[in-house]
Amino acid sequence: MVETIRDPATRDEVCAVAIAEAFRGDGEVLCNPIGTTPIIGGRLARATFEPAMVMTDAISVLAANPLAVGDDDAERLIEAWMPYRDVFDVVWSGRRHVVMGASQIDAHGNQNLAAIGDWQRPKAQLLGLRGAPGNLVNHATTYWVPNHSTRSFVPSVDVVSGPGYDRVAPLSTAIRRDHEIRRVVSNLAVMDFEAPEGAQDRPSAGGRAGPRRMRLRSIHPGVTVEEVVEATGFDLIVPDEVPESRLPTDEELRLIRDVLDPHGYRKAEFGG
Amino acid sequence: MITTYAASALPAPGGRPDKRMTEDDVIARLSDGMTIGIGGWGSRRKPMSLVRAIARSELTDLTIVCYGGPEVGILSALGKVRRAVYGFVSLDSIPLEPHFRQARQQGTIEVTELDEGAFYLGLLAAAHRVPFYPTRAGLGSDMMLMNPDLATVTSPYPDAEGTHEELVAIPAFQLDASLIHMNRADAAGNGQFLGPDLYFDDLFAKAAATTYLSCEKVVPTGDLLHEGSLHTLKIPRLFVNGVVEAPRGAHFTECPPDYGRDEAFQRAYAATAKDPEAWLAFVERWLEAPSHEAYLDRLDAEGGDHG
Repeated sequence: MVETIRDPATRDEVCAVAIAEAFRGDGEVLCNPIGTTPIIGGRLARATFEPAMVMTDAISVLAANPLAVGDDDAERLIEAWMPYRDVFDVVWSGRRHVVMGASQIDAHGNQNLAAIGDWQRPKAQLLGLRGAPGNLVNHATTYWVPNHSTRSFVPSVDVVSGPGYDRVAPLSTAIRRDHEIRRVVSNLAVMDFEAPEGAQDRPSAGGRAGPRRMRLRSIHPGVTVEEVVEATGFDLIVPDEVPESRLPTDEELRLIRDVLDPHGYRKAEFGG
Repeated sequence: MITTYAASALPAPGGRPDKRMTEDDVIARLSDGMTIGIGGWGSRRKPMSLVRAIARSELTDLTIVCYGGPEVGILSALGKVRRAVYGFVSLDSIPLEPHFRQARQQGTIEVTELDEGAFYLGLLAAAHRVPFYPTRAGLGSDMMLMNPDLATVTSPYPDAEGTHEELVAIPAFQLDASLIHMNRADAAGNGQFLGPDLYFDDLFAKAAATTYLSCEKVVPTGDLLHEGSLHTLKIPRLFVNGVVEAPRGAHFTECPPDYGRDEAFQRAYAATAKDPEAWLAFVERWLEAPSHEAYLDRLDAEGGDHG
């Protein structure tokens, strides 16, 4: 067997792997990443450690084979027809894990995709609520934020498209069971909401455990904890030890570079 | 015994209605202040020849209900729209419809923005003639704040813990008319989609008091199965009041397998949102073409890849 010496992993590839890791353990669910880096991450997870997941071709079928991102003409091994109406049925079944963007996100995971300023007459109209309200109360969600800064990680979002843990706390048992913000992956770090109960306390809450808050899970190689804290507009929970996000394996690098994104579309989100 | 369904040479029996009409016939049946459903999805299989007919008509004060694409931007920019009810407004390859963005930022239209799935339930409730369908979608998000008329309902049935779940009641869309575009139809109004997704066009047809269907080609009933399987015949004539033959009628949106999206045309359209002069020129050249035939003539005169 010929060993290929590959160039070291770049930040975009670390991010794709971090998104792939969000799907670990999901099994037979609809893996539904939206956006270039999320699609590469989702397809990477299925091509490696989550082979049971099902994925759309981003048009209207579930395709069993690994497809290159942005290649609408790729040959598909079709396993089912999945027109848009059926996607909503899957959302409501709970058997889905979506990756969405977030123009703004706060400490409890409230996401804004809709508008900047007053939604009645926005300063900037963004994509809208889209499917976020339904997604969050039905199944797992991961967010991808390619521009980690105090403009995107904010104390309070202008519009709540996808509700975070504080908004969901008063809702039904069924919704609280299904609501899960698995990860927030940014260009700098990986966050989650898995801090132990006590760590949810805020001084302002008088020491009571409040709704789950965002925790720094890992920092990408080359990034410092201080940089992430600086770029975050609210108090992140920062554990004493913050590991580095893992590097892609050789096989993952091969899949990303040769199979899932041979044209390097992922570079666009990283100013490449 | 296995029954197969194939195209038939049988002639259609007499007495079936012939619903063929022109775009302008459809406009004559619409009136100011109506609530109009528009089929398709984003910049995909939109009934654009009918949208342009509205654009050049005197119709005004409309409420349009759709998974929105360029029809929202065009009709808003022309001042035809009082309110847009939508799950999103996108051109697909251009994620946010630029004329819609402008209308929102300038506050020129009222909006009812719903979760994409919740929007489906508004159509479904109307099609089934029930006042609402319940859903989780919207709970916890600002969808409720943005739509103060949206109410919740409490389940009459207890869950396993004996509590009664609260859900959002998505009201039925009261549609005066729906406009949809199909690949093929017969003169009686049986519609056929040949692409990968019907979207919600069958529900638009069933939800509305009247439905006008444009299509790429009107064919004899017996020919409908020449190009697609039984499963593509999703619009029965029961729910169709008028049939307009409009080849390339979805242009510049896509209408597979007949043609893809005219991306160059769409980019040019999108660019007019930031250039008032270019917008006036676009209106004059494309939206004020006196008929769909005239529009196609202008398109052919431009040359290039227009479908």
